[in-house]
Amino acid sequence: MSKGLALKVTGIDVYYKDFHALWKVSVEAKEGEIVSVIGANGAGKSTLLSTVSGILAPAAGTIEFFGERIDGLPPHDTVARGLSMVPEGRRIFPRLTVYENLVMGSYSPRSRAKRNEALAKIFDLFPVLKARGEQMGNTLSGGEQQMLAIGRALMSGPKLILCDEISLGLAPLIIKGIYRELRRINEQGITIVLVEQDIKRSLKAAGYAYILLQGKVVLEGTPSSLNEEEVRKAYFGV
Amino acid sequence: MEDILQPIVNGILLGGLYAIIAIGLSTIMGIVKVMNFAHGDLMILSSYLSLVFITRLGVNPFLTFFGVIPLAYGIGYFYQRSLLNRVLGKEMDPPLIVAFGVSIILQNLLLLVFTPDAQTLMTGLGLKTIHITDDLKIPVNYLLDFLIGLVVIFFLYLFFQKSYLGRAIRAASDDEIAAKLMGVNTKNVYAHAMGISIMTAGIAGILVGMTFTFYPHTGSQYLFIAFGVAIIAGLGSMKGTFVAGIILAVAQLFGGHFLGPGYQMISGHMVLLIVLLVKPKGIFGTV
Repeated sequence: MSKGLALKVTGIDVYYKDFHALWKVSVEAKEGEIVSVIGANGAGKSTLLSTVSGILAPAAGTIEFFGERIDGLPPHDTVARGLSMVPEGRRIFPRLTVYENLVMGSYSPRSRAKRNEALAKIFDLFPVLKARGEQMGNTLSGGEQQMLAIGRALMSGPKLILCDEISLGLAPLIIKGIYRELRRINEQGITIVLVEQDIKRSLKAAGYAYILLQGKVVLEGTPSSLNEEEVRKAYFGV
Repeated sequence: MEDILQPIVNGILLGGLYAIIAIGLSTIMGIVKVMNFAHGDLMILSSYLSLVFITRLGVNPFLTFFGVIPLAYGIGYFYQRSLLNRVLGKEMDPPLIVAFGVSIILQNLLLLVFTPDAQTLMTGLGLKTIHITDDLKIPVNYLLDFLIGLVVIFFLYLFFQKSYLGRAIRAASDDEIAAKLMGVNTKNVYAHAMGISIMTAGIAGILVGMTFTFYPHTGSQYLFIAFGVAIIAGLGSMKGTFVAGIILAVAQLFGGHFLGPGYQMISGHMVLLIVLLVKPKGIFGTV
């Protein structure tokens, strides 16, 4: 067992039918850390998160969550173990109210007992969600939907959250606010894996970063150790 | 004036029965996105199950609800879990073909076991009416169907609004991947949804058996009624399903009353066509 590691992905290969999406990808996140995975469109970032959460299964390699193997487990198992995901495009349930969306986040039997506690915490973090509680999910603005998606992921009381492109399509000011709340969440001891196309923003927030290109990790290091030129080359592959 | 009162009242009451026949089909169409061709046959299967309880145990038809409801739930659960779930998700056709196959197998099985003879579940209420005026009599059977339909749909609504499983079923119908990420085992949830669907069909089956005669092949006739109601209502609306049941039943009885019994089905289908022309998503539809 590797101590202090929240997530340890070792050499995974993932396919979409015949398409080889991830090639021997290895990624780690220490407990309590913010780790950033950067890459252009189609680099395999979302595939990586979907595989960790259990939506996809790796063809080879292992995934350990706090020392336990979780590769190949379905999402309802990984969620029950304390892994939670803020999916790309937010994926709010459009015909459920904001409140019901949040309650869905505590579906896992382990989380149900602590539902009201979790709700109070999230309303403290994002007061706007309380005000909008009875509205349908699809009536929220983009920024509010993103807050709801983050809040919903926190409802299960996770040890680690995977955030897929949380700044996509949002105004800079709103992105800034969301990153501020993300750091607050991290300060409560929750490990965060960020996937972004926005290099600067996510490097600033992260303690460690990986750069993916065409399904492979081409560069990694602490943000201070990576120079901009190197990162740009790795990102674009030129 | 008195002339049209009776078919209106009968139609409204019968609408409650139509709604409960349709609600399960509509729920599954909205959630699992499968047209369950076997819905009507599974409903008639419950009518026969009730008949078996009555003849073998000699119990009152009303007591058979307690036996048929859990059985129907179990049948629906395993139907989804062991058959439909295996072919779900890739394309539209395989689940349709499986459901169609189950429908044919059931009809023939019922024919084999129960013979093609007409059956009914005798309650002693068949001919009883409540006398309002000389021109208006309320059939007790129909009133019972209506009230039970109302109660079932009300509890179904509560279930979908207030329980974790009910919310999970709605969430999975909104966005399956997101529901999975919330920790919902969607395949299992679909099986429960089908269990609930066939349970309501089972209740409808007993009511149909108490109200009308039934044969092994009657299921397809009710499938069309259920389908019509679901289309008129639009998928996913409980209130809408109830109102649509009434619309379809009143239309049928009006046709039967004014044009003759032969026009009963066709006047119902005319209303269906008009709704499809004017509001293709159904009167209350969101999908």
